Amino acid sequence: MIEFDDVTKRYPDGTVAVGGLSLTIPTGGITVLVGPSGCGKTTSLRMINRMIDPTSGTIRIDGEDVLKQDPALLRRSIGYVIQHAGLFPHRTVVDNVATVPVLNGVPRKQARARAYELLERVGLTAGMADRYPVQLSGGQQQRVGVARALAADPPVMLMDEPFSAVDPVVREGLQQEFLRLQGELGKTIVMVTHDIDEAIKLGDHVAVFAEGGRLAQLSTPEELLSKPADDFVAGFVGRDRGYRGLSFAGSADLAVEPVTTEVEGLRLSLDDAGRPLGWTGSGALLPTEGSFHLGDSLRVVTDLTLLSPAGAAVRVDAEGRADGIVRQGALAAYVRERQLGRLGSTGS
Amino acid sequence: MNFIDEVRTYLDINHEAVVQSLVDHIWLALLPVAIAFVLSLPIGWLVVRFGWVRHPVLTLSSVIYTVPSLALLLLLPGILHTSVLDPLNVVVALSLYSLALLVRTVVDGLESIDDQVVQSATAMGYRPTRRWFTVELPLALPVILSGLRVATVANISMVTVAALIGIGGLGQLFTRGFQLGFYAPPIAIGLVLCVLLALVADTAIVLVQRLLTPWTRAEDAR
Repeated sequence: MIEFDDVTKRYPDGTVAVGGLSLTIPTGGITVLVGPSGCGKTTSLRMINRMIDPTSGTIRIDGEDVLKQDPALLRRSIGYVIQHAGLFPHRTVVDNVATVPVLNGVPRKQARARAYELLERVGLTAGMADRYPVQLSGGQQQRVGVARALAADPPVMLMDEPFSAVDPVVREGLQQEFLRLQGELGKTIVMVTHDIDEAIKLGDHVAVFAEGGRLAQLSTPEELLSKPADDFVAGFVGRDRGYRGLSFAGSADLAVEPVTTEVEGLRLSLDDAGRPLGWTGSGALLPTEGSFHLGDSLRVVTDLTLLSPAGAAVRVDAEGRADGIVRQGALAAYVRERQLGRLGSTGS
Repeated sequence: MNFIDEVRTYLDINHEAVVQSLVDHIWLALLPVAIAFVLSLPIGWLVVRFGWVRHPVLTLSSVIYTVPSLALLLLLPGILHTSVLDPLNVVVALSLYSLALLVRTVVDGLESIDDQVVQSATAMGYRPTRRWFTVELPLALPVILSGLRVATVANISMVTVAALIGIGGLGQLFTRGFQLGFYAPPIAIGLVLCVLLALVADTAIVLVQRLLTPWTRAEDAR
Protein backbone atom coordinates (compact mmCIF):
# COMPACT_ATOMS: atom_id res chain seq x y z
CA MET A 1 0.00 0.00 0.00
CA ILE A 2 1.31 3.43 -0.95
CA GLU A 3 -0.05 6.36 1.03
CA PHE A 4 0.21 10.05 0.19
CA ASP A 5 -0.54 12.08 3.29
CA ASP A 6 -1.17 15.79 2.63
CA VAL A 7 1.71 15.93 0.13
CA THR A 8 2.61 19.28 -1.42
CA LYS A 9 5.30 20.06 -3.97
CA ARG A 10 6.02 23.76 -4.42
CA TYR A 11 8.85 24.91 -6.66
CA PRO A 12 11.10 27.87 -5.77
CA ASP A 13 9.30 30.03 -8.36
CA GLY A 14 6.05 29.53 -6.46
CA THR A 15 4.44 27.01 -8.83
CA VAL A 16 2.45 24.42 -6.94
CA ALA A 17 2.79 21.13 -8.83
CA VAL A 18 0.95 19.08 -6.21
CA GLY A 19 -1.22 20.66 -3.54
CA GLY A 20 -2.19 18.80 -0.36
CA LEU A 21 -2.54 15.41 -2.00
CA SER A 22 -3.87 12.57 0.11
CA LEU A 23 -4.24 9.30 -1.71
CA THR A 24 -4.06 5.62 -0.88
CA ILE A 25 -2.89 3.21 -3.55
CA PRO A 26 -3.85 -0.38 -2.70
CA THR A 27 -1.40 -3.27 -2.90
CA GLY A 28 -1.55 -5.64 -5.84
CA GLY A 29 -3.48 -3.62 -8.41
CA ILE A 30 -3.02 -1.11 -11.16
CA THR A 31 -3.73 2.45 -10.08
CA VAL A 32 -3.70 4.93 -12.93
CA LEU A 33 -3.04 8.62 -12.34
CA VAL A 34 -4.69 10.52 -15.14
CA GLY A 35 -5.29 14.18 -15.90
CA PRO A 36 -4.47 17.04 -18.25
CA SER A 37 -0.83 18.11 -18.65
CA GLY A 38 0.48 20.13 -15.73
CA CYS A 39 -1.84 18.48 -13.22
CA GLY A 40 0.99 17.07 -11.10
CA LYS A 41 0.44 13.41 -11.94
CA THR A 42 4.04 12.79 -13.03
CA THR A 43 5.39 14.82 -10.10
CA SER A 44 3.30 12.66 -7.75
CA LEU A 45 4.64 9.48 -9.36
CA ARG A 46 8.23 10.65 -9.14
CA MET A 47 7.84 11.50 -5.46
CA ILE A 48 7.21 7.82 -4.72
CA ASN A 49 10.79 6.81 -5.61
CA ARG A 50 12.26 10.15 -4.54
CA MET A 51 13.20 11.35 -8.01
CA ILE A 52 11.50 14.45 -6.57
CA ASP A 53 11.14 15.15 -2.84
CA PRO A 54 7.94 16.78 -1.56
CA THR A 55 7.97 20.23 0.04
CA SER A 56 5.72 18.94 2.83
CA GLY A 57 3.70 15.88 3.73
CA THR A 58 4.69 12.22 3.87
CA ILE A 59 4.63 9.31 1.46
CA ARG A 60 4.69 5.82 2.91
CA ILE A 61 5.17 2.47 1.18
CA ASP A 62 3.78 -0.30 3.39
CA GLY A 63 4.01 2.07 6.33
CA GLU A 64 7.64 3.10 5.73
CA ASP A 65 8.27 6.81 5.13
CA VAL A 66 10.18 7.07 1.84
CA LEU A 67 11.98 10.24 3.00
CA LYS A 68 13.65 8.21 5.76
CA GLN A 69 15.11 5.73 3.24
CA ASP A 70 18.34 5.81 1.23
CA PRO A 71 17.18 7.07 -2.21
CA ALA A 72 19.38 4.68 -4.22
CA LEU A 73 18.30 1.59 -2.25
CA LEU A 74 14.66 2.73 -2.31
CA ARG A 75 14.80 3.10 -6.10
CA ARG A 76 16.33 -0.35 -6.58
CA SER A 77 13.30 -1.79 -4.77
CA ILE A 78 10.86 -0.02 -7.14
CA GLY A 79 10.55 -0.80 -10.84
CA TYR A 80 10.48 2.23 -13.14
CA VAL A 81 9.38 2.45 -16.77
CA ILE A 82 9.30 5.69 -18.77
CA GLN A 83 7.88 6.84 -22.07
CA HIS A 84 10.78 6.17 -24.42
CA ALA A 85 11.94 3.28 -22.24
CA GLY A 86 15.09 5.28 -21.28
CA LEU A 87 17.29 2.30 -22.09
CA PHE A 88 21.07 2.61 -21.87
CA PRO A 89 22.21 3.00 -25.49
CA HIS A 90 25.70 1.68 -24.69
CA ARG A 91 24.56 -1.61 -23.22
CA THR A 92 23.11 -4.63 -24.94
CA VAL A 93 19.50 -5.54 -24.30
CA VAL A 94 20.40 -8.30 -21.85
CA ASP A 95 22.75 -6.01 -19.90
CA ASN A 96 20.08 -3.32 -19.78
CA VAL A 97 17.71 -5.82 -18.19
CA ALA A 98 20.39 -6.99 -15.75
CA THR A 99 21.04 -3.42 -14.51
CA VAL A 100 19.37 -3.46 -11.11
CA PRO A 101 20.45 -6.98 -10.05
CA VAL A 102 24.06 -6.01 -10.93
CA LEU A 103 23.68 -2.82 -8.86
CA ASN A 104 22.46 -5.01 -6.01
CA GLY A 105 25.64 -7.07 -6.22
CA VAL A 106 24.28 -10.13 -8.02
CA PRO A 107 27.11 -11.74 -10.07
CA ARG A 108 26.87 -10.66 -13.71
CA LYS A 109 26.46 -14.19 -15.05
CA GLN A 110 23.55 -14.90 -12.73
CA ALA A 111 21.95 -11.52 -13.49
CA ARG A 112 22.16 -12.24 -17.21
CA ALA A 113 20.57 -15.66 -16.84
CA ARG A 114 17.64 -14.02 -15.08
CA ALA A 115 17.53 -11.31 -17.76
CA TYR A 116 17.14 -13.93 -20.50
CA GLU A 117 14.13 -15.37 -18.65
CA LEU A 118 12.56 -11.94 -18.34
CA LEU A 119 13.07 -11.13 -22.01
CA GLU A 120 11.18 -14.27 -22.87
CA ARG A 121 8.50 -13.35 -20.39
CA VAL A 122 7.85 -10.00 -22.09
CA GLY A 123 7.71 -11.64 -25.50
CA LEU A 124 11.22 -11.03 -26.89
CA THR A 125 13.40 -13.71 -28.43
CA ALA A 126 16.83 -14.66 -27.10
CA GLY A 127 18.25 -13.48 -30.44
CA MET A 128 17.52 -9.90 -29.47
CA ALA A 129 19.42 -10.12 -26.20
CA ASP A 130 22.79 -9.18 -27.68
CA ARG A 131 21.52 -6.27 -29.74
CA TYR A 132 21.78 -2.64 -28.74
CA PRO A 133 18.57 -0.70 -28.01
CA VAL A 134 18.95 1.36 -31.20
CA GLN A 135 18.51 -1.86 -33.19
CA LEU A 136 15.03 -2.50 -31.76
CA SER A 137 11.64 -1.01 -32.68
CA GLY A 138 9.87 1.35 -30.28
CA GLY A 139 7.54 -1.39 -29.09
CA GLN A 140 10.42 -3.81 -28.51
CA GLN A 141 12.34 -1.16 -26.59
CA GLN A 142 9.33 -0.65 -24.37
CA ARG A 143 9.19 -4.37 -23.65
CA VAL A 144 12.86 -4.28 -22.67
CA GLY A 145 12.01 -1.32 -20.42
CA VAL A 146 9.36 -3.42 -18.67
CA ALA A 147 11.73 -6.40 -18.37
CA ARG A 148 14.39 -4.13 -16.88
CA ALA A 149 11.91 -2.78 -14.33
CA LEU A 150 10.94 -6.33 -13.34
CA ALA A 151 14.50 -7.67 -13.08
CA ALA A 152 14.92 -7.33 -9.33
CA ASP A 153 11.33 -8.54 -8.78
CA PRO A 154 10.22 -5.30 -7.07
CA PRO A 155 6.81 -5.36 -5.36
CA VAL A 156 6.04 -1.87 -6.71
CA MET A 157 6.32 -0.61 -10.29
CA LEU A 158 6.04 2.98 -11.46
CA MET A 159 5.19 3.59 -15.10
CA ASP A 160 5.24 7.05 -16.66
CA GLU A 161 3.28 7.10 -19.94
CA PRO A 162 4.74 3.69 -20.81
CA PHE A 163 2.70 3.14 -23.97
CA SER A 164 2.30 6.61 -25.43
CA ALA A 165 5.41 6.70 -27.64
CA VAL A 166 4.30 3.82 -29.87
CA ASP A 167 1.70 3.68 -32.63
CA PRO A 168 -1.89 2.69 -31.76
CA VAL A 169 -1.67 -0.87 -33.08
CA VAL A 170 1.52 -1.64 -31.18
CA ARG A 171 0.09 0.12 -28.13
CA GLU A 172 -2.99 -2.10 -28.15
CA GLY A 173 -0.77 -5.20 -28.23
CA LEU A 174 1.50 -3.92 -25.46
CA GLN A 175 -1.49 -3.07 -23.27
CA GLN A 176 -3.00 -6.53 -23.69
CA GLU A 177 0.27 -8.18 -22.87
CA PHE A 178 0.83 -5.89 -19.94
CA LEU A 179 -2.53 -6.93 -18.48
CA ARG A 180 -1.67 -10.59 -19.03
CA LEU A 181 1.70 -10.12 -17.33
CA GLN A 182 0.13 -8.27 -14.40
CA GLY A 183 -2.38 -11.11 -14.10
CA GLU A 184 0.57 -13.45 -13.50
CA LEU A 185 2.66 -11.13 -11.32
CA GLY A 186 0.14 -9.15 -9.28
CA LYS A 187 2.49 -6.19 -8.68
CA THR A 188 1.41 -2.92 -7.15
CA ILE A 189 1.53 -0.68 -10.19
CA VAL A 190 1.20 3.08 -10.35
CA MET A 191 0.86 4.33 -13.91
CA VAL A 192 0.65 7.86 -15.27
CA THR A 193 -1.18 8.62 -18.50
CA HIS A 194 -2.96 11.56 -20.10
CA ASP A 195 -5.19 9.15 -22.00
CA ILE A 196 -8.48 8.54 -20.15
CA ASP A 197 -9.33 5.55 -22.34
CA GLU A 198 -6.05 3.89 -21.42
CA ALA A 199 -6.74 4.65 -17.75
CA ILE A 200 -10.20 3.06 -17.94
CA LYS A 201 -8.90 0.07 -19.84
CA LEU A 202 -5.88 -0.72 -17.65
CA GLY A 203 -6.75 0.62 -14.21
CA ASP A 204 -8.21 -1.27 -11.30
CA HIS A 205 -8.42 2.19 -9.77
CA VAL A 206 -8.25 5.53 -11.53
CA ALA A 207 -7.17 8.76 -9.85
CA VAL A 208 -8.25 11.80 -11.86
CA PHE A 209 -6.05 14.84 -11.22
CA ALA A 210 -7.14 18.42 -11.86
CA GLU A 211 -4.89 21.45 -12.40
CA GLY A 212 -2.61 22.28 -9.47
CA GLY A 213 -2.25 18.69 -8.35
CA ARG A 214 -5.74 18.39 -6.86
CA LEU A 215 -7.19 14.89 -6.71
CA ALA A 216 -10.63 15.22 -8.32
CA GLN A 217 -11.75 11.61 -7.98
CA LEU A 218 -10.39 8.21 -7.06
CA SER A 219 -12.59 5.29 -7.97
CA THR A 220 -12.95 2.24 -10.14
CA PRO A 221 -13.15 2.91 -13.88
CA GLU A 222 -16.78 1.86 -13.88
CA GLU A 223 -17.71 4.32 -11.17
CA LEU A 224 -15.75 7.05 -12.92
CA LEU A 225 -17.97 6.63 -15.97
CA SER A 226 -21.26 6.22 -14.14
CA LYS A 227 -20.73 8.66 -11.28
CA PRO A 228 -18.17 11.36 -12.07
CA ALA A 229 -17.55 13.39 -8.90
CA ASP A 230 -17.89 16.80 -10.56
CA ASP A 231 -18.13 18.65 -13.88
CA PHE A 232 -14.36 18.58 -14.31
CA VAL A 233 -14.24 14.79 -14.11
CA ALA A 234 -17.31 14.42 -16.32
CA GLY A 235 -15.71 16.71 -18.89
CA PHE A 236 -12.39 14.92 -18.71
CA VAL A 237 -13.91 11.48 -18.99
CA GLY A 238 -15.53 12.73 -22.18
CA ARG A 239 -18.42 11.70 -24.37
CA ASP A 240 -20.28 8.38 -24.50
CA ARG A 241 -19.87 7.75 -20.78
CA GLY A 242 -23.06 5.71 -20.73
CA TYR A 243 -22.08 3.53 -23.62
CA ARG A 244 -18.46 3.09 -22.45
CA GLY A 245 -19.71 2.22 -18.97
CA LEU A 246 -21.48 -0.83 -20.41
CA SER A 247 -18.02 -2.40 -20.86
CA PHE A 248 -18.03 -3.09 -17.14
CA ALA A 249 -21.49 -4.66 -17.04
CA GLY A 250 -21.78 -8.41 -17.65
CA SER A 251 -24.51 -9.99 -19.71
CA ALA A 252 -24.90 -13.08 -17.53
CA ASP A 253 -28.18 -11.92 -15.97
CA LEU A 254 -29.62 -10.72 -19.25
CA ALA A 255 -32.71 -12.78 -20.16
CA VAL A 256 -32.76 -14.26 -23.66
CA GLU A 257 -35.68 -15.30 -25.84
CA PRO A 258 -35.79 -18.61 -27.75
CA VAL A 259 -33.84 -18.65 -31.00
CA THR A 260 -37.02 -19.42 -32.89
CA THR A 261 -38.63 -16.07 -31.92
CA GLU A 262 -39.71 -14.00 -34.92
CA VAL A 263 -38.33 -10.44 -34.82
CA GLU A 264 -39.69 -7.73 -37.15
CA GLY A 265 -40.67 -10.40 -39.65
CA LEU A 266 -37.24 -12.02 -39.56
CA ARG A 267 -36.31 -15.40 -38.16
CA LEU A 268 -32.87 -16.75 -37.25
CA SER A 269 -31.68 -19.43 -39.64
CA LEU A 270 -29.34 -22.14 -38.26
CA ASP A 271 -27.10 -24.75 -39.81
CA ASP A 272 -27.35 -28.49 -38.95
CA ALA A 273 -25.16 -28.06 -35.85
CA GLY A 274 -27.33 -25.19 -34.60
CA ARG A 275 -24.88 -22.38 -35.43
CA PRO A 276 -26.46 -19.12 -36.65
CA LEU A 277 -26.31 -18.52 -40.43
CA GLY A 278 -28.27 -15.28 -40.70
CA TRP A 279 -31.72 -13.73 -40.56
CA THR A 280 -34.29 -14.77 -43.13
CA GLY A 281 -37.55 -13.08 -44.02
CA SER A 282 -39.20 -12.64 -47.38
CA GLY A 283 -35.93 -12.04 -49.24
CA ALA A 284 -32.29 -13.04 -49.04
CA LEU A 285 -30.30 -14.22 -45.99
CA LEU A 286 -29.21 -11.17 -43.92
CA PRO A 287 -26.01 -11.36 -41.84
CA THR A 288 -26.17 -11.60 -38.02
CA GLU A 289 -23.08 -9.34 -37.71
CA GLY A 290 -21.66 -11.61 -35.03
CA SER A 291 -22.77 -13.11 -31.74
CA PHE A 292 -21.95 -12.94 -28.03
CA HIS A 293 -21.11 -15.39 -25.26
CA LEU A 294 -22.50 -15.54 -21.76
CA GLY A 295 -19.48 -13.72 -20.27
CA ASP A 296 -19.42 -10.81 -22.72
CA SER A 297 -20.13 -7.24 -21.61
CA LEU A 298 -23.35 -5.33 -22.26
CA ARG A 299 -21.31 -3.11 -24.58
CA VAL A 300 -20.78 -6.07 -26.91
CA VAL A 301 -24.46 -6.99 -26.75
CA THR A 302 -25.55 -3.39 -27.38
CA ASP A 303 -23.26 -3.09 -30.34
CA LEU A 304 -24.67 -6.30 -31.85
CA THR A 305 -28.27 -5.11 -31.48
CA LEU A 306 -27.31 -1.89 -33.27
CA LEU A 307 -25.70 -3.75 -36.16
CA SER A 308 -28.24 -6.57 -36.49
CA PRO A 309 -30.81 -6.20 -39.29
CA ALA A 310 -33.38 -7.59 -36.85
CA GLY A 311 -32.30 -5.31 -34.00
CA ALA A 312 -31.50 -8.40 -31.97
CA ALA A 313 -28.22 -9.89 -30.73
CA VAL A 314 -27.60 -13.62 -30.96
CA ARG A 315 -26.11 -15.46 -28.00
CA VAL A 316 -24.08 -18.63 -28.64
CA ASP A 317 -22.70 -21.32 -26.34
CA ALA A 318 -19.11 -22.52 -26.15
CA GLU A 319 -19.57 -24.66 -29.29
CA GLY A 320 -20.94 -21.70 -31.25
CA ARG A 321 -24.55 -22.97 -31.25
CA ALA A 322 -27.20 -20.26 -30.93
CA ASP A 323 -28.93 -20.50 -27.55
CA GLY A 324 -30.98 -17.31 -27.44
CA ILE A 325 -31.58 -13.84 -28.78
CA VAL A 326 -31.84 -10.42 -27.12
CA ARG A 327 -33.97 -7.68 -28.67
CA GLN A 328 -33.21 -3.95 -28.41
CA GLY A 329 -36.32 -3.36 -26.30
CA ALA A 330 -35.39 -6.03 -23.78
CA LEU A 331 -31.82 -4.78 -23.61
CA ALA A 332 -32.95 -1.18 -23.10
CA ALA A 333 -35.26 -2.23 -20.27
CA TYR A 334 -32.45 -4.23 -18.63
CA VAL A 335 -29.99 -1.33 -18.84
CA ARG A 336 -32.60 1.06 -17.44
CA GLU A 337 -33.32 -1.24 -14.45
CA ARG A 338 -29.62 -1.61 -13.82
CA GLN A 339 -29.08 2.13 -13.87
CA LEU A 340 -31.98 2.72 -11.49
CA GLY A 341 -30.57 0.08 -9.15
CA ARG A 342 -27.14 1.69 -9.19
CA LEU A 343 -28.44 5.17 -8.45
CA GLY A 344 -30.67 3.82 -5.68
CA SER A 345 -27.78 1.94 -4.06
CA THR A 346 -25.76 5.12 -3.43
CA GLY A 347 -28.67 6.52 -1.41
CA SER A 348 -28.27 9.97 -2.95
CA MET B 1 72.74 11.56 -57.35
CA ASN B 2 68.97 11.63 -57.28
CA PHE B 3 66.84 12.69 -54.30
CA ILE B 4 66.04 9.17 -53.05
CA ASP B 5 69.74 8.34 -52.94
CA GLU B 6 70.45 11.56 -51.11
CA VAL B 7 67.87 10.66 -48.47
CA ARG B 8 69.31 7.16 -48.18
CA THR B 9 72.82 8.49 -47.74
CA TYR B 10 71.63 10.98 -45.12
CA LEU B 11 69.92 8.15 -43.20
CA ASP B 12 73.02 5.92 -43.42
CA ILE B 13 75.10 8.58 -41.72
CA ASN B 14 72.48 10.03 -39.33
CA HIS B 15 70.09 7.18 -38.54
CA GLU B 16 70.86 7.24 -34.81
CA ALA B 17 70.06 10.94 -34.57
CA VAL B 18 66.89 10.50 -36.63
CA VAL B 19 65.65 7.65 -34.43
CA GLN B 20 66.46 9.68 -31.32
CA SER B 21 64.48 12.61 -32.76
CA LEU B 22 61.55 10.33 -33.45
CA VAL B 23 61.59 8.91 -29.92
CA ASP B 24 61.84 12.39 -28.42
CA HIS B 25 59.03 13.53 -30.65
CA ILE B 26 56.74 10.71 -29.59
CA TRP B 27 56.96 11.31 -25.87
CA LEU B 28 57.05 15.10 -26.21
CA ALA B 29 53.79 14.93 -28.19
CA LEU B 30 51.94 12.17 -26.37
CA LEU B 31 52.81 12.80 -22.72
CA PRO B 32 51.05 16.22 -22.78
CA VAL B 33 47.93 14.69 -24.38
CA ALA B 34 47.85 12.03 -21.68
CA ILE B 35 48.23 14.62 -18.92
CA ALA B 36 45.61 16.88 -20.49
CA PHE B 37 43.18 13.98 -20.96
CA VAL B 38 43.40 12.98 -17.31
CA LEU B 39 42.90 16.59 -16.18
CA SER B 40 40.12 17.38 -18.64
CA LEU B 41 37.71 14.77 -17.19
CA PRO B 42 37.33 16.26 -13.70
CA ILE B 43 37.37 19.82 -15.09
CA GLY B 44 34.68 18.90 -17.64
CA TRP B 45 32.66 17.31 -14.86
CA LEU B 46 32.94 20.50 -12.79
CA VAL B 47 31.76 22.65 -15.71
CA VAL B 48 28.72 20.46 -16.36
CA ARG B 49 27.92 20.00 -12.67
CA PHE B 50 28.33 23.63 -11.54
CA GLY B 51 26.99 26.20 -13.96
CA TRP B 52 29.04 29.13 -12.61
CA VAL B 53 32.34 27.37 -13.43
CA ARG B 54 31.43 27.22 -17.08
CA HIS B 55 32.11 30.75 -18.22
CA PRO B 56 35.52 31.31 -16.55
CA VAL B 57 36.84 27.86 -17.52
CA LEU B 58 35.77 27.98 -21.16
CA THR B 59 36.96 31.59 -21.56
CA LEU B 60 40.34 30.68 -20.07
CA SER B 61 40.55 27.73 -22.47
CA SER B 62 39.99 30.01 -25.45
CA VAL B 63 42.56 32.53 -24.18
CA ILE B 64 45.21 29.84 -23.68
CA TYR B 65 44.60 28.57 -27.17
CA THR B 66 45.24 32.01 -28.69
CA VAL B 67 48.69 32.47 -27.09
CA PRO B 68 51.30 31.81 -29.82
CA SER B 69 53.23 28.63 -29.06
CA LEU B 70 56.67 30.14 -29.51
CA ALA B 71 55.82 32.95 -27.10
CA LEU B 72 54.56 30.46 -24.54
CA LEU B 73 57.71 28.35 -24.87
CA LEU B 74 59.84 31.41 -24.21
CA LEU B 75 57.71 32.64 -21.32
CA LEU B 76 57.43 29.37 -19.41
CA PRO B 77 61.07 29.13 -18.19
CA GLY B 78 60.51 32.44 -16.41
CA ILE B 79 57.30 31.21 -14.78
CA LEU B 80 58.46 27.67 -13.96
CA HIS B 81 62.06 28.63 -13.11
CA THR B 82 63.32 26.02 -15.54
CA SER B 83 66.17 26.36 -18.01
CA VAL B 84 65.21 27.29 -21.56
CA LEU B 85 66.44 23.93 -22.80
CA ASP B 86 64.39 21.94 -20.30
CA PRO B 87 61.89 19.68 -22.16
CA LEU B 88 59.50 20.30 -19.24
CA ASN B 89 58.65 23.65 -20.87
CA VAL B 90 57.41 21.89 -23.99
CA VAL B 91 55.44 19.34 -21.98
CA VAL B 92 53.76 22.06 -19.93
CA ALA B 93 52.99 24.26 -22.94
CA LEU B 94 51.50 21.44 -24.99
CA SER B 95 49.57 20.14 -21.97
CA LEU B 96 47.95 23.55 -21.68
CA TYR B 97 46.99 23.62 -25.36
CA SER B 98 45.63 20.07 -25.25
CA LEU B 99 43.76 20.79 -22.06
CA ALA B 100 42.14 23.87 -23.58
CA LEU B 101 40.91 21.73 -26.46
CA LEU B 102 39.90 18.67 -24.45
CA VAL B 103 37.97 20.47 -21.70
CA ARG B 104 35.64 21.79 -24.35
CA THR B 105 35.08 18.40 -25.96
CA VAL B 106 34.58 16.70 -22.58
CA VAL B 107 31.91 19.30 -21.80
CA ASP B 108 30.32 18.82 -25.24
CA GLY B 109 30.44 15.05 -24.79
CA LEU B 110 28.83 15.10 -21.37
CA GLU B 111 26.16 17.51 -22.57
CA SER B 112 25.35 15.36 -25.61
CA ILE B 113 23.88 12.65 -23.37
CA ASP B 114 20.10 12.24 -23.46
CA ASP B 115 18.83 13.47 -20.10
CA GLN B 116 16.18 10.71 -20.13
CA VAL B 117 18.95 8.13 -19.93
CA VAL B 118 20.61 9.83 -16.96
CA GLN B 119 17.20 10.15 -15.26
CA SER B 120 16.41 6.51 -15.81
CA ALA B 121 19.85 5.52 -14.46
CA THR B 122 19.06 7.49 -11.32
CA ALA B 123 15.63 5.87 -11.10
CA MET B 124 17.24 2.40 -11.41
CA GLY B 125 19.15 3.20 -8.21
CA TYR B 126 22.58 4.35 -9.41
CA ARG B 127 24.51 6.53 -7.00
CA PRO B 128 26.04 9.61 -8.68
CA THR B 129 29.69 8.43 -8.83
CA ARG B 130 28.94 5.02 -10.28
CA ARG B 131 26.46 6.58 -12.68
CA TRP B 132 29.12 9.01 -13.92
CA PHE B 133 31.73 6.34 -14.59
CA THR B 134 29.45 3.63 -15.99
CA VAL B 135 26.73 5.58 -17.78
CA GLU B 136 27.66 9.21 -18.43
CA LEU B 137 31.36 8.82 -19.25
CA PRO B 138 30.87 5.89 -21.67
CA LEU B 139 28.08 7.77 -23.45
CA ALA B 140 30.28 10.87 -23.76
CA LEU B 141 33.23 8.84 -25.08
CA PRO B 142 32.48 9.10 -28.82
CA VAL B 143 32.66 12.91 -28.62
CA ILE B 144 35.58 12.92 -26.17
CA LEU B 145 37.65 10.52 -28.27
CA SER B 146 37.10 12.55 -31.42
CA GLY B 147 38.46 15.56 -29.49
CA LEU B 148 41.39 13.41 -28.39
CA ARG B 149 42.17 12.63 -32.02
CA VAL B 150 42.32 16.33 -32.88
CA ALA B 151 44.47 17.12 -29.83
CA THR B 152 46.90 14.26 -30.57
CA VAL B 153 47.42 15.15 -34.22
CA ALA B 154 47.73 18.86 -33.38
CA ASN B 155 50.37 18.05 -30.76
CA ILE B 156 52.42 15.89 -33.08
CA SER B 157 52.61 18.79 -35.49
CA MET B 158 53.18 21.42 -32.78
CA VAL B 159 56.16 19.65 -31.15
CA THR B 160 58.26 20.57 -34.19
CA VAL B 161 58.22 24.19 -32.94
CA ALA B 162 60.24 23.04 -29.91
CA ALA B 163 63.27 22.67 -32.18
CA LEU B 164 63.36 26.46 -32.53
CA ILE B 165 64.33 26.74 -28.86
CA GLY B 166 66.74 23.84 -29.14
CA ILE B 167 64.67 20.99 -27.77
CA GLY B 168 64.56 17.58 -29.51
CA GLY B 169 61.98 16.02 -31.73
CA LEU B 170 61.57 15.75 -35.47
CA GLY B 171 61.62 19.57 -35.72
CA GLN B 172 65.39 19.29 -35.30
CA LEU B 173 65.54 17.76 -38.77
CA PHE B 174 63.86 20.87 -40.15
CA THR B 175 66.30 23.22 -38.42
CA ARG B 176 69.17 21.01 -39.60
CA GLY B 177 68.01 21.30 -43.20
CA PHE B 178 67.68 25.05 -42.74
CA GLN B 179 71.19 25.36 -41.30
CA LEU B 180 72.59 23.35 -44.22
CA GLY B 181 71.17 25.92 -46.61
CA PHE B 182 67.76 24.39 -47.29
CA TYR B 183 69.23 20.92 -47.68
CA ALA B 184 66.10 18.88 -48.52
CA PRO B 185 66.71 15.29 -47.27
CA PRO B 186 66.44 15.90 -43.47
CA ILE B 187 63.41 18.15 -44.03
CA ALA B 188 61.71 15.46 -46.12
CA ILE B 189 62.54 12.73 -43.58
CA GLY B 190 61.19 14.84 -40.74
CA LEU B 191 58.04 15.66 -42.63
CA VAL B 192 57.32 12.06 -43.64
CA LEU B 193 57.96 10.74 -40.12
CA CYS B 194 55.76 13.46 -38.64
CA VAL B 195 52.86 12.62 -40.95
CA LEU B 196 53.31 8.87 -40.41
CA LEU B 197 53.39 9.34 -36.66
CA ALA B 198 50.17 11.38 -36.80
CA LEU B 199 48.50 8.71 -38.93
CA VAL B 200 49.58 5.88 -36.63
CA ALA B 201 48.45 7.73 -33.51
CA ASP B 202 45.12 8.64 -35.09
CA THR B 203 44.51 5.07 -36.23
CA ALA B 204 45.35 3.80 -32.75
CA ILE B 205 42.74 6.08 -31.19
CA VAL B 206 40.16 5.03 -33.78
CA LEU B 207 40.83 1.39 -32.92
CA VAL B 208 40.46 2.10 -29.21
CA GLN B 209 37.25 3.96 -30.01
CA ARG B 210 35.84 0.96 -31.89
CA LEU B 211 36.75 -1.27 -28.99
CA LEU B 212 35.27 0.98 -26.29
CA THR B 213 32.11 2.16 -28.08
CA PRO B 214 30.71 -0.81 -30.02
CA TRP B 215 27.16 0.57 -29.80
CA THR B 216 27.99 3.48 -32.10
CA ARG B 217 28.56 1.03 -34.94
CA ALA B 218 25.17 -0.54 -34.26
CA GLU B 219 23.73 2.94 -34.71
CA ASP B 220 25.61 3.51 -37.96
CA ALA B 221 24.48 0.18 -39.35
CA ARG B 222 20.84 1.21 -39.15
